[in-house]
This record gives sequence, C-alpha cells and structure tokens, in this order.
Amino acid sequence: MKVKVLFFASLREQLGTASEEIDLPAGVGTVAALRGHLARRGGPWEGALAEKKNVRAAVNQDMVKPGAPIRDGDEIAFFPPVTGG
Amino acid sequence: MKISVQREDFDVSLETRNLSRGGGVGAVASFVGVVRDVRMTLEHYSGMTESSIRKIAEQARTRWKVTDCTVIHRYGELAPHDQIVLVAVASAHRGDAFAACEFIMDYLKTQAPFWKKEHRPEGAAWVEARASDDDAAGRWEPPARKAS
Repeated sequence: MKVKVLFFASLREQLGTASEEIDLPAGVGTVAALRGHLARRGGPWEGALAEKKNVRAAVNQDMVKPGAPIRDGDEIAFFPPVTGG
Repeated sequence: MKISVQREDFDVSLETRNLSRGGGVGAVASFVGVVRDVRMTLEHYSGMTESSIRKIAEQARTRWKVTDCTVIHRYGELAPHDQIVLVAVASAHRGDAFAACEFIMDYLKTQAPFWKKEHRPEGAAWVEARASDDDAAGRWEPPARKAS
C-alpha cells in the first residue's frame, strides 16, 4: 500500500521533510499505526512522533482521530495543534 | 459564500459592503484578527484550509439564519498590526449575524490548519495552541455533550 505523508510547521522542521511517498508494510492500516511505524525510524522521528506528543492528523484533508483507517493512495498529514485566526 | 486563503491584505469595508447588498440583509457582523506586536510567518495546509473553513461556514448556515458570509485568512509573512483574518456574516437580524460570526471564528481557531511562527529578537518560535481556544469552540457543542 502506497501513501503520501505530509508534515507541517514544527513537525516539518524537526523531521527535516515536508512530504514523502511511503510503501507501507501489511498491518499498518490506521493513522495511529502509521505514526508508530514512522516513530520507529528513531532519531528525530521517535522524538517528534512519540505518543506523549500532541500530534494531530488528517486523511485526505479531513481532520481525523488516531483510529481512522488509511487506504492505498491516501494523503495523510501530521501536524501540531493549529494556531491560526 | 466567499472563502479565500491568500497572501494579500483585504479591504474590510469592501467585503462587508458586498455582503450588505444581499436580498433581505438587515445586519452584517464582522470580526478582524490582527497581528499583535511581533512579526510572524503563517504556514497553512493548502487545500485543507479552504475546505475546512468551508465546512465550518456551512455548519454555521445550518444553525443560524445566515444570508451569506465571507471568510478571508492570510498566510505568509505578516508584520505587527497587519490584518490576519476576516469573518463577516450577513443576516436578516443581528442575533444570527453575531452568533454565526463568533461560531465560525471559534471553530476556525481549532479546526483550520494554520500555524503561526513568531520572529522575536531572541529567535523564532512556533506559537503553542491554547486550551482556551478548544474551550471556546467546545461551548458551541450540543448541550447533551457538555460536561456539566
């Protein structure tokens, strides 16, 4: 399953990347599982995406809860709580 | 309904005048957010910003009698006293206009994907989200879901 992953704001800076295409292994079927998969890369990934960090997510540009499913071709974004307005 | 996410500044009187021309409009309520005392960069998630604001505005239209509304949010480099955001709502009467305007603004603060980075003399830092913003949006939730 291939997905596009985007990172914004402080998360983008900590990870040193704004987006990447990832080929996911079987079993990574939710936003929370994808976050865990990325965190296991270690280094800044582990720090920025650790469970205690307040990270929000969107699937195909809709804000979602961690349990939201992901499918082939999805665009998944991770970002800190928003601060617009 | 006009939703715009843009780098350029906006003209509040032009936008509210356009809304006041709608049929049956008796009130236009507007809110303008401005930069306080620090230079900042506003980052956003292009595409999702527009769609999330549109969803919030559509929710407002189901809850109050809203004739039309305009939401403009800027991104990019902003200086002290610059305008950041405009929410303007036209309605037959002020009650609906005031309420819908505040509702849209409260939800925009917690749902629209914008992030502010402040540039202070001691360095640049991302603004932390405030719990009070979640509280402000939460008070519009249906009574059955309130904690009290």
